[in-house]
Amino acid sequence: MADDLELRFERTVQSESRIEPRDWMPDGYRKTLIRQIAQHAHSEIIGMQPEGNWISRAPSLRRKAILLAKVQDEAGHGLYLYSATETLGADREDLTTKLIEGRQKYSSIFNYPTLTFADVGVIGWLVDGAAICNQVPLCRTSYGPYARAMIRICKEESFHQRQGYELLMTMMSGTQQQRDMVQDSVNRWWWPALMMFGPPDAESTNTEQSMAWRIKRDTNDELRQKFVNMSMPQAEALGVTFPDPDIRWNSERGQYDFGQPDWDEFWQVVKGGGVCNEQRIAHRRKAHEDGAWVREAAAAHAAKHVREEGAA
Amino acid sequence: MSTSWPLWEVFVRGKRGLNHVHVGSLHAPDAEMALRNARDVYTRRNEGVSIWVVPATEITASSPDEKDPFFAPAGDKVYRHPTFYAIPEDVPHL
Repeated sequence: MADDLELRFERTVQSESRIEPRDWMPDGYRKTLIRQIAQHAHSEIIGMQPEGNWISRAPSLRRKAILLAKVQDEAGHGLYLYSATETLGADREDLTTKLIEGRQKYSSIFNYPTLTFADVGVIGWLVDGAAICNQVPLCRTSYGPYARAMIRICKEESFHQRQGYELLMTMMSGTQQQRDMVQDSVNRWWWPALMMFGPPDAESTNTEQSMAWRIKRDTNDELRQKFVNMSMPQAEALGVTFPDPDIRWNSERGQYDFGQPDWDEFWQVVKGGGVCNEQRIAHRRKAHEDGAWVREAAAAHAAKHVREEGAA
Repeated sequence: MSTSWPLWEVFVRGKRGLNHVHVGSLHAPDAEMALRNARDVYTRRNEGVSIWVVPATEITASSPDEKDPFFAPAGDKVYRHPTFYAIPEDVPHL
């Protein structure tokens, strides 16, 4: 019987059909998905902070409205994804607890600080650009609710990337000081953006099984290469350079050659040693604790309403 | 008292003339808040003209384990499909 179920599961995955919430699935598949989707959801929620930092200081009402909408989208993306984890039997409160206790991770990119307003543009262009590279293939991931959440998210990310690039184009047509600010921001974010694709394939422990389950569709190195290929012409059009002396077109490969990020720094930030790790979690914890009275009051109001209806 | 709000399933009508379609779920203390939250989470870009929210616990679903027997009654009734019937090609409007 178990073999039958497993066979049916594998056939469904291999035929590019989707696994849906009430289907039988291997425990490992369920666990890996919960871990991956929760980590993704946490990233969206923590990702509100670096840019939220600039909402009150946006240089115009237009930029403020755009930034507010973008940060609100990140919240929405987090909620779509938490909703997907719940179809696998995860508990929302439990996931929040694991995040603020540091037992589940989020993308390390959000442990870097946003020092200038140019960072808002560069995050939209490069960080959201890298996220799009990662996420577009996930629209075809084997788990239905995850794939559907990714489709919604990818549609909205396109606005994120374009507003960032437009912001940078505006700054690049400004003063020399503004252009320098953009280049400085690109210099600081380029390597962390490349790290968003995860460690090199040779060191990536989860890749093989996840590819077989079609939870993951491309390897880390494939996606990183794709991102570099996409970004170079965009950088040229913008008039900035990437801080990598090895980056150049390779006509034989038909792709760009490029250098490797500092993987020691990557692991250090993953393990909690980044500039903002503590601040990000402390802020998330405070928001959760400060909101406790609202959750309790709303639940009490709902319970009272039900009692009154029952009495009437 | 538990402070964790119940789960609601959300259905959105994209525009007049279409069915409501399931789009996801959310937590809310009551139906009214579930509607407001659904608007903010699932229709930030005019994706809907109408929203339904249903407590997730109120949904009864067929079980995927008995998928084949459950849908078997429809499986062998090819005569329910128009293509089952051979009609000469020169007969119009059929």
